[in-house]
Amino acid sequence: MAGLDPATRPAHVSARKRLGWPLRGHGDVTGQLQSLDVQQLTCVRGQRVLFRDLTFRVDAGRVLSLEGPNGVGKSSLLRVLAGLLPAAAGTIALISGSTAEIDADDRARKVAWLGHNDAAKPQLTPREVLSFFARLYGTRADIDAALAAVGLAKIADLACAYLSAGQKKRLALARLKVVERPIWLLDEPLSSLDTDGRKAALDLVNAHIMFGGIVIAATHEPLGVASERLMLGAAA
Amino acid sequence: MIGALLSRDIRLATRAGGSAALALAFFAAVATLVPLGVGVDLRLLLRVAAGVLWVAAVLAALLSLDRLFQADFEDGSLDLIALSPLSLETVAAAKIAAHWLTTGLPLTLLSPVLGVMFGLPPGAIGVLTLSLAIGTPAVSALGAIGAALTMSIRRGGLILPLLVLPLLAPAVIFGAGAVQAALDGLSSGALLFLAAFAVATTLLSPFAAGAAVRLNLAG
Repeated sequence: MAGLDPATRPAHVSARKRLGWPLRGHGDVTGQLQSLDVQQLTCVRGQRVLFRDLTFRVDAGRVLSLEGPNGVGKSSLLRVLAGLLPAAAGTIALISGSTAEIDADDRARKVAWLGHNDAAKPQLTPREVLSFFARLYGTRADIDAALAAVGLAKIADLACAYLSAGQKKRLALARLKVVERPIWLLDEPLSSLDTDGRKAALDLVNAHIMFGGIVIAATHEPLGVASERLMLGAAA
Repeated sequence: MIGALLSRDIRLATRAGGSAALALAFFAAVATLVPLGVGVDLRLLLRVAAGVLWVAAVLAALLSLDRLFQADFEDGSLDLIALSPLSLETVAAAKIAAHWLTTGLPLTLLSPVLGVMFGLPPGAIGVLTLSLAIGTPAVSALGAIGAALTMSIRRGGLILPLLVLPLLAPAVIFGAGAVQAALDGLSSGALLFLAAFAVATTLLSPFAAGAAVRLNLAG
């Protein structure tokens, strides 16, 4: 039911072979992630089958964009991939070298998540939000660099209550950088972003895949980077 | 990592608009209102003091419990916390600890002042404070189970007390009973029973709350 049509392979895909993952050498990501392999995945929510027997693979250094109409199960697929929702059937394997990890809890430790909700506490400042997530995920990421990368350096110490929707989305993008995980799962990463914000998002995605990361994004609009596309519900 | 969650939750509770000051104010307001309703019979006030202060403390702690997981669930933080290296049981333990430090502990520290207002003698005030110090962790711990179960329900805050208050009856009985016994000059094992209850609930609740969070995230 789902067709995977390969698009042009990014020229820098071989970068991962030289650099490996993780770049900074900390976090619990060991070994070099080669691909995320999904076999015969079925997802059921509230008696309704969202998708059945979905099979696809994303190699390190590639972007997969999930497309399809509202309610077709893009967000649910991302939650299943993250290990937040159990799959009704099928396997999701992380391939690195000759080993394949299929446990959802192990996978959850390799995922950076960007959902519809921004997780920006109104009482905290962007800097506090990012340093909380860096400490929670056990990374020593450069908070100032992450804030600067999304253009929030000037309002880093303003309470999140005063941020606009687009600024909160930028903060969520900066969080991806801070948690230092190899697999980015993004649900509508470009919504409510202005032109500069979109550019910052694309720069982050490009840098991530250049270093051998995997990006899977549910989106209604072209991401603007070379990506493979997975249409959900196309041939249902 | 657990320190990050603990310090963030404490910061959220103590910052402007946080729940810590609210719980404390509620506790003081209820404890002040009861003598106004009961009247100036000092002997009567002395008899009801321990019960009133214990019930007020439990209600004050419950006031902030419904948001324990719900706030993080609604704004997407809980998804991110679930993907962190911490297990959900550890997350629950950290949240229980943060809740106790920002409500149970301040309530305990305020209770001697309110005890004086009720005319409790120093010995009974000591027992009251000790009983709250021992018993309030159980309130936070059992409350966390209810908070985890009701976090995806819109008006969960209304169901939470119905779930949790019956479970907290032993804490109120032993806590107030210990003070009562001290007033009567009797020795009682109430504080020991309270301690046993608090240790058991505090150790076991993180597992139940963690399981409830897992259930709600997958639902």
